[in-house]
Amino acid sequence: MSFNMLVLTCLAYVILLFVVASAAERAASEGRAGWLRSPVIYTLSLSVYCTAWTFYGAVGFAARSGLEFMTIYLGPTLVFVGWWVLLRKLVRIGRENRVTSIADMISARYGKSNLLGVIVTLLCIAAGAPYIALQLQSIAQSFTVFVSDPEGASLAGNPTLIAFWVAIGLAFFTIVFGTRTLDANEQHPGVVTAIAVEAVVKLAALLAVGVFVVWFVAAGPSDILTRIDAQALPEWEIQPGRWTGLILLSAIAIICLPRMFQVTVVENTDDQHLATASWAFPLYLFLISLFVLPIAVIGMELMPAGSNPDMFVLTLPLYLGQDGLALLSFLGGFSAATSMVIVASLALATMVSNHIVVPLWLKVRAARNLDSGDMRLLVLSVRRLSISLVLGLGYLYYVITGGSGALAAIGLIAFVGVAQMLPALLGALFWRGASRTGAALGLVIGMGLWFYTLFLPSFGPGVFLSAQVMEGGLFGQSWLRPYSLFGLTTLDPLLHALFWSLLLNVLVFCLGSFLSFPSPMERVQGALFVNIYDRTGPARSWTRPVAEAEDLLPIAQRILGVSEGQNFFRAQAAVQGKQGFLPDITAEFLEALELKLSGSVGAATAHAMLAQSVGTAVVSVEDLMAVASETAQIMEYSAQLEAKSEELSRTARKLRDANEMLQKLSVQKDAFLSQISHELRTPMTSIRAFSEIMMDSDAMSPEERTHFAQIIHDESIRLTRLLDDLLDLSVLEHGQVQLNIGPVQLRELLDKAIRSSESVQASRKFRILRSRDPEGIEIVTDAGRLTQVFINILSNARKYCIADDPQMQIKVRERKGMVEVDFIDNGAGIPRDKQALIFEKFSRLTDSMQAGGAGLGLAICREIMHNLGGDIAYVPGQGGAAFRVSFPRVLTPRDASRKAARSQAEAAE
Amino acid sequence: MSRPPRPQFLARDSYRIRRLMDAARFLPVFGFVLILLPLMRHSPEAETPPTASEGVYLFLVWFGLVFVAFLMSLGLRRALDAPKEHVTPSED
Repeated sequence: MSFNMLVLTCLAYVILLFVVASAAERAASEGRAGWLRSPVIYTLSLSVYCTAWTFYGAVGFAARSGLEFMTIYLGPTLVFVGWWVLLRKLVRIGRENRVTSIADMISARYGKSNLLGVIVTLLCIAAGAPYIALQLQSIAQSFTVFVSDPEGASLAGNPTLIAFWVAIGLAFFTIVFGTRTLDANEQHPGVVTAIAVEAVVKLAALLAVGVFVVWFVAAGPSDILTRIDAQALPEWEIQPGRWTGLILLSAIAIICLPRMFQVTVVENTDDQHLATASWAFPLYLFLISLFVLPIAVIGMELMPAGSNPDMFVLTLPLYLGQDGLALLSFLGGFSAATSMVIVASLALATMVSNHIVVPLWLKVRAARNLDSGDMRLLVLSVRRLSISLVLGLGYLYYVITGGSGALAAIGLIAFVGVAQMLPALLGALFWRGASRTGAALGLVIGMGLWFYTLFLPSFGPGVFLSAQVMEGGLFGQSWLRPYSLFGLTTLDPLLHALFWSLLLNVLVFCLGSFLSFPSPMERVQGALFVNIYDRTGPARSWTRPVAEAEDLLPIAQRILGVSEGQNFFRAQAAVQGKQGFLPDITAEFLEALELKLSGSVGAATAHAMLAQSVGTAVVSVEDLMAVASETAQIMEYSAQLEAKSEELSRTARKLRDANEMLQKLSVQKDAFLSQISHELRTPMTSIRAFSEIMMDSDAMSPEERTHFAQIIHDESIRLTRLLDDLLDLSVLEHGQVQLNIGPVQLRELLDKAIRSSESVQASRKFRILRSRDPEGIEIVTDAGRLTQVFINILSNARKYCIADDPQMQIKVRERKGMVEVDFIDNGAGIPRDKQALIFEKFSRLTDSMQAGGAGLGLAICREIMHNLGGDIAYVPGQGGAAFRVSFPRVLTPRDASRKAARSQAEAAE
Repeated sequence: MSRPPRPQFLARDSYRIRRLMDAARFLPVFGFVLILLPLMRHSPEAETPPTASEGVYLFLVWFGLVFVAFLMSLGLRRALDAPKEHVTPSED
């Protein structure tokens, strides 16, 4: 076939694709896109994974390494049949956040950080170049192989020149295809449909060659199997390291490759499509791989020695005289290459414009205080330029490497490059603690190692790394050799690079995340991504809007287009129940606008643009955290309610307690009154009785008169004493007592008290054990009052201690400025159930007449001690009744009044 | 922030979908192990590896995975549609 004919065929094919894309786009804009957005189209568009590398390279791969070529398709198969684990979440997050590229995804997750966007974009471009070079190389090779008249066209003999023109053509084609308009949400229904058509073409072509080889060249499947075993080489032995490593690598690549992210996530419109793709895409890969080994084996068998196995798909039909089949095969390879180049360069161009050029533009404009101008034209121009740039880099790579490497090797270099995004991406999906710092450091380290151990050496010695460095290591350090870093010599270069770059990437990513503290925006976005299923609505990030709708409309128009922008504003106004184009600037509206804009220019840029217009809308950490999700708000509210109700019940409990206390006090007061009445009445009755007797009886001996008068006198004294006690108690209780504070020796007080108490039941012999030394301390207090307390305790002991050989032990102790005096007798003590009562008024453990007191003694003692800033307590378990009197060694008047006030408050309670 | 309490026991339908989700998570692991099996079938006597038979085995495993994924996707579609309170498609 002549060279010109071939070029014409290609052009015709491209025009057909263009017509398909245009029709699809028109249908989509007219809202008839139902069938366009079907799961079948989605699945077919995923086949952009199978590039010229698959179409031509897989057969070459199989001819060189046997079954190992399958690893490249088994990895993606595992990822897709396991879609529930990872892809489902990835796609859902991507769609809900209107993610435009993998760089946008990573930047959005880590706090809409443009730094990360730039890093990922650079990485993707670096990894994209070899891949695009691969496509150029395979198209160029197929041209040279196919053309039957190399002499007729000078171009045909020169693959580099062919590659150049192919690059130009593809750039033009992609620009026309993908950047005719700036889509509102970065989806390209036209491109996707064209890709789907190409998917069918390449599958049909490969299947046709396969069927021809199996049933027309060989005698069916069993014959093929015999021939496979006959052709098997010792190198075909499956190597465990490469087998496992390549399966993992290809599984990573299907997630991280920018073009795969574009078709899987960005172009996805429905989760259901993923459910279909979960089995349909592996099936596509299965069918693509099915005839690879048979073609390789028949090629090895029939083709002359030294033919390039990478071209068997094309050369075998040619060799066997099947020109029609060869043309189909050529078109299949062409489809595979073009679809990859279109999607990859579109995806890369989106990243370049969204993460590098537009932010720079905004910054420059802002610095010069200029209006941001018409962004649409800028973005489109930047994309067109970026597409050219990306293809140019691919061509450059092809020229520098000399187009010599086997196709599979070049493709795998790109795979290891994009694999560096995996840690950051997985962290984005599953680990809330993953931070921007960690992700950036991990990416940079991984990228650096990939460059040094795989990318730069791939150009061959002498281009970037000298042969000396390759052999002896950097700076002559042998442990820095690119292919055996740190002396790891047993791995092949690919696994070696994959191992070191991913290992250190993950390590640095984790360490960076452990040690850094994320910004509020990062934490909000992290929670949003990781908990994507728990969320009911989008997160709030705008809380204090200050811009006017009139200012925002021009921005939206610049990015979305005039009518689209106005429609959006009118729709938002309608949602708020308003007429016209200017909705109220609410937080909801700003979020919707940002989401809409981020569909065009990426999350980081959209956020930055709005922040610029909204101006001073500084959102504080507290704001962000409080509004991070509706759930948080609701939970906060319910927690408040809970706290309130708890407080209420606490108050109710307090009230109930107070009420009980009041009732108890009322009962006590009644009891007190009746006690007093009783105590007063007894002596009064006897006084009245005896005075009546004296009045009535005339004949009364003087002795009798004296006796009765004596009784009356005694009873009066008793009454007076009772009233004195009551008065005393009342004065003490109300803290109105006048204290006579002065220095005194404790021993003197005790001596005096013991002497005074001896008048009580003077007949009983009481042994008193004292320790003289500690008693010698000087104290400052009201000596009279304190003595009164001691006398009371000692008298009680004399009255109530029933031991045959009564004795009293007095211990004095000083601790932290408090003096403690213990009075311990050897009697029966006080029963436990009475211990709490003895300090109450009118409490007597025995009959009142027998004791001869009103039962106010200990109550008065307690009040005195409170007034002296101390206390009196019963100490159980000392072998008898034991009272401990404690008081400050030096009593200051302030002290006393405070203590008194406290005791008064206690009484009030 | 604690998750809102979920019911402890589910109706039969929800239970089935939950277990289907578990199976879907497990499928790639199982597939990976099956794909690694050829590494352990190594005959040192043979000069050339048994490429044909291993190829047939791998393609059978591959097709099996596709088929099981197809069956599972039928059930999992319902989980995608299901209202959130009913079946939350996340961790149990």
